[in-house]
Amino acid sequence: MYRHIEQAIEAELNGEPAAADSLPLATGFIEKVSRRKFLKISGGSAAMALAMQIVPGSALAYDPYPTGAEGMPHKTVIDPQVFVAIDADGTVTLTTHRSEMGTGARTSVPLALADEMEADWSRVKLRQAEGDEPKYGNQDTDGSRSLRHYLQPMRQMGASVRLMLEQAAAQKWGVDVSLVKAENHEVHMKDGSKSIGFGEVAADAMAMELPAFEDLTFKTDDEFRYLGKGEVPMYDLHDITTGKARYGADITLDGMKFAAVARPGVVGAKVISVDDTEAMKIPGVERIVKIAGSMPPAKFAPLGGVAVVANNTWAAIKGRDALKIEWSDSPHSTFNTAAYADEMRATAKKPGKVLRKVGDPDAAFANAKRVFSQEYYQPHMQHAQMEPLVAVADYKEGKLDIWAPVQSPYGARTDTAAALGMDPKDVRVEVSLLGGGFGRKSKCDYVIEAALVSKEIGAPVKLQWTREDDVRGGFYHTTSVERLEAALDSNDKVVGWRHRSVSPTLFSLFVEDPGHTSALEGGMGLVDTPIGVENLVAESGEAKAHTRVGWFRSVSNIPRAWGVQSFIAELAHDLGRDPKDMLIELIGPDRKIDPVAADMKDLWNYGEPYEEFPNDTARLRGVIELAAKKAGWGKDLPKGEALGIAAHRSFVTYVATVVRVKVDDNGNVSIPETHMAVDCGFCGNPERVASQMEGAAVMGMTLAMHSSINHENGAVTNSNFHDYPVVRINSYPKQVHTHIVEHPFSVHATGIGEPGVPPFAPALANAIFAATGKRYRDLPFGENVG
Amino acid sequence: MAISIKVNGQEHTYDGDPSIPVLWYVRDVLDMHGTKFGCGTGQCGACTVHVDGKATRGCLLSLESVAGKEITTIEGLDPNGNHPVQKAWRAHNVPQCGYCQAGQIMSAASLLADNPKASGEQIEQQMAGNICRCGCYQRIQAAVESAASEMEG
Repeated sequence: MYRHIEQAIEAELNGEPAAADSLPLATGFIEKVSRRKFLKISGGSAAMALAMQIVPGSALAYDPYPTGAEGMPHKTVIDPQVFVAIDADGTVTLTTHRSEMGTGARTSVPLALADEMEADWSRVKLRQAEGDEPKYGNQDTDGSRSLRHYLQPMRQMGASVRLMLEQAAAQKWGVDVSLVKAENHEVHMKDGSKSIGFGEVAADAMAMELPAFEDLTFKTDDEFRYLGKGEVPMYDLHDITTGKARYGADITLDGMKFAAVARPGVVGAKVISVDDTEAMKIPGVERIVKIAGSMPPAKFAPLGGVAVVANNTWAAIKGRDALKIEWSDSPHSTFNTAAYADEMRATAKKPGKVLRKVGDPDAAFANAKRVFSQEYYQPHMQHAQMEPLVAVADYKEGKLDIWAPVQSPYGARTDTAAALGMDPKDVRVEVSLLGGGFGRKSKCDYVIEAALVSKEIGAPVKLQWTREDDVRGGFYHTTSVERLEAALDSNDKVVGWRHRSVSPTLFSLFVEDPGHTSALEGGMGLVDTPIGVENLVAESGEAKAHTRVGWFRSVSNIPRAWGVQSFIAELAHDLGRDPKDMLIELIGPDRKIDPVAADMKDLWNYGEPYEEFPNDTARLRGVIELAAKKAGWGKDLPKGEALGIAAHRSFVTYVATVVRVKVDDNGNVSIPETHMAVDCGFCGNPERVASQMEGAAVMGMTLAMHSSINHENGAVTNSNFHDYPVVRINSYPKQVHTHIVEHPFSVHATGIGEPGVPPFAPALANAIFAATGKRYRDLPFGENVG
Repeated sequence: MAISIKVNGQEHTYDGDPSIPVLWYVRDVLDMHGTKFGCGTGQCGACTVHVDGKATRGCLLSLESVAGKEITTIEGLDPNGNHPVQKAWRAHNVPQCGYCQAGQIMSAASLLADNPKASGEQIEQQMAGNICRCGCYQRIQAAVESAASEMEG
């Protein structure tokens, strides 16, 4: 995502909404560029080996459509020679270029290729691509984009290879290609007279000229063997259960050393002096290496500090702990969480920078019979992925080899090259499995550290962060205060709507802190609100970052959904209305929101062309009604139990969540049942969608009840799972039911990794209120409401 | 003095720092990477191994404290990776990122060895030492329950 962010920053600083191909906001809509024209334009892109075009009269099973993939760095590459290899024994090796951190993308993306080429998945092997975007296309595995951007290119390559195999078989048999058909790993004569395995014609097939797009045929949905079925397990499932799966730290190189780093507690503090006397006494410790620090905006530059190099990880950590370091002061040493929250609340009460205005909200509020308003707070949070950061680097004779769990392998490669003053062509990045990512592993400071240490000591090194390092050296999810105001007329009708967000921006990592939420973050539930009130304003209050603000799974959608969806339930209660009915009423009539009329022309639409991926309130209403129906909204529940609802569109996917809570006599909250309704367009892998929703429920419960990164005098006071707790199996939300709205392939696939998270916390808080009358407006609120 | 230890049935001796935790010994010295580092403080369970058959956190367990004992890691749980718990994990498609799963499986295997008739509540209590940040708990619980019925039956 971040190089996409950099493009967005550039566009914003240039005072443009965005260049058409760097930030395809509402491009198609605004410029009234037809889909056909758009395709022709993007088809001209040099990075595409095959252009995706609509050819009149071709027998397509679906209409290809443009996506934001063409606005990403290095776009897409559609070249079977790069992604497909077929051995003479029939083994098909597919290159998978997205990082695997739990969503199943490493499996689901090439599965689309295998399906379209009629490969038998049991004879498919996967090869993980190294970081090389000119070769593979964009590899940034974040923003919930893997299937959304790659289903079509994979299918196109699959269709190409299938045709090449058919052509090779037809040639071998001396018949016209129209008489043969590829099916389940072999090509046969349609009359059943002959058949031949893929492997036997592979060499000839792969030497064929790449077919023209108009000669390709695509499967109809009912011909899919794997897509949409959810029957193929993750490629690494067996290895994961036997301990053979390889994560970041699971590689050993000859002569490899081990390192741990002492980093400053406060961002920007520098080493004044270091005493390594005690550290050097630890058995196994060999030397120390200083790492230069940085002050934001410094992108992903290391925090700096002192690395201890040893002959095993344990010795390195013990040595690191034994260092005596004097740190300099930093301008951020005055940052205190509680005081900063008070500042944000004060700012939220004052007029902010207007990001979107419809109708005349000022008049609506001035003339209102009554104004109902509330504020909702969310602290900084940290990813706490299970695998602490780690990287292996080997610098030798001007070349650098890296093995690391990274979400952006090409970004890690270019950023590390830049940090070491190298040409990226001299740097190689191999991607392991990621033990969780959630956005943290998009930021490659840990990779740069390993590379710097390896170069300094002249040996390969495995640089391991501890849990404490991970908690304290984060790129934290933004903190926020969301203030919501509703203007009510004498009939209690909502005639004015104000949403003011005060939240430091992640742009502060990249450029001098603009002090306001960016267009990108504004597009995550603030500016793009589906609320259909006629007089509406979205504002940003100023807030400057005092730590490294990064993105966390679903980004600013978390605080926005928390604020908006809690507020609507509060408003419903105030007006004596049902919260679900109130939510649907506020969203208003079914419509695809017209971004020009709605003053959203600069809208960030997750990088997708708006015309193809509009904000469709009918689909939002659809998931709300589906979740409510499945959960039995309105039914009688035992004492102490109640339902809460919330819905949110993010990553162009619509999710509604109904949480059932049970509060016992001592105020302990448990969650016996949750229903999540998801409209993600065509669903490539329903089984992994369900697992993402189940996981999102757990993460949503964690952030609602537990997550708060606390700063005192600039330093994080949390350290490990005892003071940054996460939900465990003794309290997880039971029976998470995922209900997927079924669509054909023609309804564009949208994001899945992130959209399940935002609605959970407000649905939970709304349920707790319904059960107890106790309203929480500040996250986290703990697990006891007594 | 060198420490003798048996890991997955193989005898080893170690003459380095005897306070090295079993986690780092198996990972960095024996080069066996199935056992994972998660928190270093015994709170997450990613490093769970069996010591004489009992689930134990490898990150806090010094090698000298288990001298002469038998350590089993995920690699040694079953020669073919077909322990009932491993099979149940696959049948239920439990993992997401998978990083914590070796520890989860080792905890579950130990729990069911002790109590094959563990109730849902007992499973929750005894698996509560293993964190899964991806949030696979619903499937972990289902997998442990079905492994229990397989082991019982």
